[in-house]
Amino acid sequence: MTSLAQRKKFTMGDAKESLVNFSFILPAVILFSIFYIYPFYDIFRLSLHEWNGIDAQKYYVHFDNFKELFKDGNWWRSMWHAGIITFFALTFQNVMAFALALACDQKIRMKKFYRMIFFIPPVLSEVVVGFIWMWILNGDMQSGEYIGILNYLLDKMGLHHLITSWLSNPDTVLTCIALVHCWKGFGWGFIMLFAGLQTIDAQLYEAARVDGANSWQIFKNITIPMMVPVILVVIFLTVLGSMQVFVLIKAMVGQGLQDYTSVPVSEIFESMIGLKRFGYACAQGVSFGVTLITISLVFKLLSTKVKQY
Amino acid sequence: MKKIASILSFLCLIALCFVFVSCSQQEKDPDRVVLWHWMNDRHEALETLAARYQKETGVKVKIDLFSPPHAYTQRITATAQTRDLPDIFGILDKKEIFAAYIKNGFVADLTEEYKKDNAAWEKSLFTKALDVNRFAEDNIYGVKPGVYGVPLDVTNIQIIYNKRLLKKAGISRPPETFDEFLEATKALNRVGVAGLVSGWGEMWLIESFALNYAFNIMGEEKVMATFRGQVPYTDPDWIKVFEIFDTLSEQGALVDGIVIKQNKIAEQDFALERAAFAFNGSWCVNVYHGMNADLEYGVILPPPVNPDRPMKIWGGSGSSLVVNKASPSKDKAIAFLRWLTAKDQQAYLSQETKNLPANKDALSEIPQILSDFAGVMDHTTHPTLWKYNELAKVASEFNKAIQSIIVGDLTPQEAAAKVQSIKMAEMEKEKRRQQRRER
Amino acid sequence: MAINKYRAMKVSKGFSIHLLLGLVAFTCIFPLFWMLRCSFMTLETVFTDKSIIPTAFHFGNFIKVLTEEKFGIYFMNSVIYTASVVSAIVIIASLAAYSFSRLRFPGKNFFFYMFVAAMMIPLPGSFVPLYVLINKLNLVNTRIGYILCMTNVGLSMSILLLKTFFDKMNTDLEDAARIDGCGKLGIWWHVALPLARPAIAVIVIFNALNVWNEFILAQLLLTDTRLMPLQKALMEFQGAHSVDYPVLMAGLTLAAMPIILLYLAMQKHIVKGFSYGATAG
Repeated sequence: MTSLAQRKKFTMGDAKESLVNFSFILPAVILFSIFYIYPFYDIFRLSLHEWNGIDAQKYYVHFDNFKELFKDGNWWRSMWHAGIITFFALTFQNVMAFALALACDQKIRMKKFYRMIFFIPPVLSEVVVGFIWMWILNGDMQSGEYIGILNYLLDKMGLHHLITSWLSNPDTVLTCIALVHCWKGFGWGFIMLFAGLQTIDAQLYEAARVDGANSWQIFKNITIPMMVPVILVVIFLTVLGSMQVFVLIKAMVGQGLQDYTSVPVSEIFESMIGLKRFGYACAQGVSFGVTLITISLVFKLLSTKVKQY
Repeated sequence: MKKIASILSFLCLIALCFVFVSCSQQEKDPDRVVLWHWMNDRHEALETLAARYQKETGVKVKIDLFSPPHAYTQRITATAQTRDLPDIFGILDKKEIFAAYIKNGFVADLTEEYKKDNAAWEKSLFTKALDVNRFAEDNIYGVKPGVYGVPLDVTNIQIIYNKRLLKKAGISRPPETFDEFLEATKALNRVGVAGLVSGWGEMWLIESFALNYAFNIMGEEKVMATFRGQVPYTDPDWIKVFEIFDTLSEQGALVDGIVIKQNKIAEQDFALERAAFAFNGSWCVNVYHGMNADLEYGVILPPPVNPDRPMKIWGGSGSSLVVNKASPSKDKAIAFLRWLTAKDQQAYLSQETKNLPANKDALSEIPQILSDFAGVMDHTTHPTLWKYNELAKVASEFNKAIQSIIVGDLTPQEAAAKVQSIKMAEMEKEKRRQQRRER
Repeated sequence: MAINKYRAMKVSKGFSIHLLLGLVAFTCIFPLFWMLRCSFMTLETVFTDKSIIPTAFHFGNFIKVLTEEKFGIYFMNSVIYTASVVSAIVIIASLAAYSFSRLRFPGKNFFFYMFVAAMMIPLPGSFVPLYVLINKLNLVNTRIGYILCMTNVGLSMSILLLKTFFDKMNTDLEDAARIDGCGKLGIWWHVALPLARPAIAVIVIFNALNVWNEFILAQLLLTDTRLMPLQKALMEFQGAHSVDYPVLMAGLTLAAMPIILLYLAMQKHIVKGFSYGATAG
């Protein structure tokens, strides 16, 4: 009965308006349907098959690939590694990005210069970033001198106990990669947050100041609440970007120490290009996607709670 | 805003013009041969040769490069699905996948072509290089016996030593046994020089080094038996293989960050005299020359652990090309490859790219260090020549386990046990796969 | 006394802010400097010359890159792809995001979450289906096929970001425009877009960088050299075994420049202070 009542309210005019409104998203939907739906359908279909990528014959295996994946230690380890990198990105990278965005929003000298500089790392290719950090973190020696800048400085400062071969030590390699990833990525958070700060009405600040609020109160009561949506997007994109990190790791350590540096995308590549198990690789892709969607749903629920308070 | 909008729309307009101008699809020209490859160091030389070929015969050969190799592999895999592979291409995968390409009718059988004119073509090339493309009488892949590819060049992987650094450490001649090698690295370390560098951040170089010694310690038969699943990796001989890496690492014979070095970086280290030994392929001649023209170096076989058995090293065809079976210009493609592997073209390729030629006659015109490399072609072997290969997953875990030994995270015994347990699991899976195929 | 203390605090606060900013800025600018330094060296000196500023400037690498016949073609191609993809994304994504944020229609949430969910399935798994699809559409080895694919890649993220900014924006101006009799499309173009300028600038940079640095998909969908983007040229400089580092660095520097310039052009739109009304009329 209620639905009927609702339907009655839905007049021709409403229908026409809905249609007009829908036409706004139509180009995006068309593009999406063509270029996503078929590949996604195909990936899902392949994930139920055993296929080497060449044969005409694909063997239907039900959910065997998923069952195998569930027990695959390498896969879960790669998820764990990506999780660690994401943790670093969420804390270290985002705090740094926000702090720098706030600093650049103040009336300080040379802020134009800083704004320009902070965006250089994201622009650089992973090849260059990889080269440079490999050189900084190099643990080798030549004629009694350390080649890597970091070890060289530690040596000169007398901190010998800290010297290690940063990228070939299983205990430090993942942390180093995570920090370089943060360094490379903070520029994105920086400009998004900075753009967000720019859209806050300056009158709000002035009004607060007239009311006698100090900097911390302004920050807590105006900046943060106004920035919550942007911060949430930045967090969301950080999680997505960090979970899918791959090229940077490849540039820094190649296939080295995979047991300590593998991430989901590298595992998918390995299954597909290295082991030629396309069905399994697709199963990995699907379950990775499902995991990310679950994380974001949880995140979404949490953030609605946060917004309510 | 107006300004940006107008600039953007202007750019759009230009872009759209270009888009539609280039939209006209080019037709398939039966007089044209299309070649796809991944060798960015040889692209220019191949294009020069293609231009020369067009002048001589009037046949246009279009050379398209896709790099890095994984991008190339994606392209080939995808085009195989839509059945529009080019006339000539290469397969970068293991023999099993090569066999799959053949069984699905993507690759032409060239056996007859090689046999023509009293087998003139076959005789002009190194047998080892051809063998990489050969499927033997009783191959386990179920492929019709024959030769299916054309080798462009040959290569092998050996130990390269820096003459100046060895002299500095007071070593008069390069090591001949594994113990001498260890002694030499200790002497080098004493004068502040690192021992061995290699691209062990790339799996295949570790695998090559490890299997060289596996062949040396237990002989080919036992290695093959391991691949078949009849000898476990926990066998004392295999433990010895794993122990080699433990010893090398313990004794400081390896450059510190060897497990994360990609070969490019390892080559740089050797060229800059940061290490006295390198484990690298014959292509390095070109690389070292580019980075340090004054480098004095020689080449030796990896020093054996077991002196009673001759050392076997990896080698054979460096890169091979195959002909598309379904191509309308198949004969033209074969004619081009025949021309490409003839003496003059091989000599040109070898000079330009410093790779060893696949054509025996072209060998007389190459530098001394390259012929040193070529001198041990009899010692070479390669996974593509073996009757059995290890399962891909096991091979990859084997290499990872060795990396873990080098960084001191696993003992040889632990590594062996780990690899063996994966081997058992994978054999079980393979059995199931086999049953599925038969059903 | 109190004033002095206050001033001292202010100075030290300013100093510590600058110390932090300066330190971060140094690490950011260092790679660019290193790239430039290497590109002025020769293959012989690049590994041996330890001085911070090269002893001899060598412009040959840049000349070598710029006179490379294909570099020009590749460069033009990248400009075409980047301009097309970015304009397409800005228009399509802002239309969609505006609609998601302001307008009402059934299934709105479903479609929005569909776009967001699409970001989470990694692309490496999909190259075979994607190629088969493009082949069926007869778009292999055409610019338009590549442009459409790249547009699709950037769409989800752009919609999400733009919607966030639209949600946050004040609707007063739009209401005023509606009362003035402006249509929905008119409001989107004349009011919403100019107001969302900082967000659009971010999207332009994000997508431009994405397209500019892409080469795997290009090589999957394109065959002809004359259609290839700039990154292909850089891949060619990195030979399989031999690498001419100075030339590679010169190429990388030249390739990074347009994006840095674009960022400079865009970042002033991120900053407030422009009068919004200028384009509204």
